[in-house]
Amino acid sequence: MPASRDYDDIPGTIVFDGRRSRRGYALNKFLMSLNQPANRAAFKDDESGYLDRFAVDDEQREAVLRREWLRLIELGGNVYYTYKLAACDGMTFQDLAGEQTGMSAQDFAQMMLDGGRPPVGNRHRAEWEAR
Amino acid sequence: MARLVGGVACSHVPAVGAAIDKGKTGDPYWAPYFAKLEPARAWMAEARPDVCLVVYNDHANAFSLEVIPTFALGLADEFPPADEGYGPRPVPVVHGHPELAWHLAEALIIDEFDLTLVNEMTVDHGLTVPLSVMFGEPEAWPSRVIPLCVNVVQYPPPTGHRCYRLGQAIRRAIDAYEGDERVVVFGTGGMSHQLQGERAGLINVDFDTHFLDGLVADPEAIAGISHVEYLREAGSEGIELVMWLVMRGALHPSVREVYRATHVPTSNTHNGLLILEDA
Repeated sequence: MPASRDYDDIPGTIVFDGRRSRRGYALNKFLMSLNQPANRAAFKDDESGYLDRFAVDDEQREAVLRREWLRLIELGGNVYYTYKLAACDGMTFQDLAGEQTGMSAQDFAQMMLDGGRPPVGNRHRAEWEAR
Repeated sequence: MARLVGGVACSHVPAVGAAIDKGKTGDPYWAPYFAKLEPARAWMAEARPDVCLVVYNDHANAFSLEVIPTFALGLADEFPPADEGYGPRPVPVVHGHPELAWHLAEALIIDEFDLTLVNEMTVDHGLTVPLSVMFGEPEAWPSRVIPLCVNVVQYPPPTGHRCYRLGQAIRRAIDAYEGDERVVVFGTGGMSHQLQGERAGLINVDFDTHFLDGLVADPEAIAGISHVEYLREAGSEGIELVMWLVMRGALHPSVREVYRATHVPTSNTHNGLLILEDA
């Protein structure tokens, strides 16, 4: 696989490609398991013990236990898989999206009501670095 | 022969399903969006499809990272709603049309589209929310449904061009089917939205408008949009729009735009609804 991709220039965007899929395979396997009610109950009962069933690494384990949502995506979690953990905590998808931006839930919800994050100034990394 | 009576493009936002399931469609947040669905539902009632071919993507429910089919066709008699991590949606079981589905499988594979064939699978909000959008809350879905699941979760999804060509092949197969079924093809997902990363919340109304106009009038040009352009302009999840090109390919090159509605925001998404008929 090539080291860099044309889309790596898009700021704040972690495309779930082969690099992330390989990194996150065990993490996503854990997240996928939460589709089953019995597994959700077992996880809620003993989060760390439940994680022992999966080959997640220490960074991923810590990010799960601390609910570091952006970090989970950086460590190879796919956002749809990651939402299953957020749903366990009673979060909406908007909560999960907002958490990754560093904005408060209220500010993020208001931004969406106001028409969302505009593309202007958000297309290229250089635009963010120039801020 | 079977008759394709129209195409529907429709976002499949899970919060729209939740608003319906929890009786919140009259809330101030949701009422303006749901008001825009009425003409689409009226069209659907007139169209009376026997079968809806729904092009959608699964979101880590029927499929996981263990096996990732690019195109998967559902052949079963029925498809139960999936538990997506918070219990299944309280919507009717989806009934398939195995005879037409197997006809599509055979015709499309011989036509060089190498589909994955699926005899057992659940269906998630990607398929059931568009049914709710177009049919409301019936006791049983009034149409049989053939799911055509496209991978857009694991990069790379199929290209827009490939999706458009698949739609054209689907049309050839429908036209060649001996039954007299009335068929509506759905393309679902999109429009612009980004759910992950620090850029989450991206909405690009100008891109979406360009996409909608082009999908109607110049689909060959829209089929040429690259993955990086979708990702940059429509957001990392906006690339779901490639699935609308399967629907468009199934219609004639020249179409009549019956209805268009857009709404921002539904949760994190610029919501789109488009109905097309052959001109």
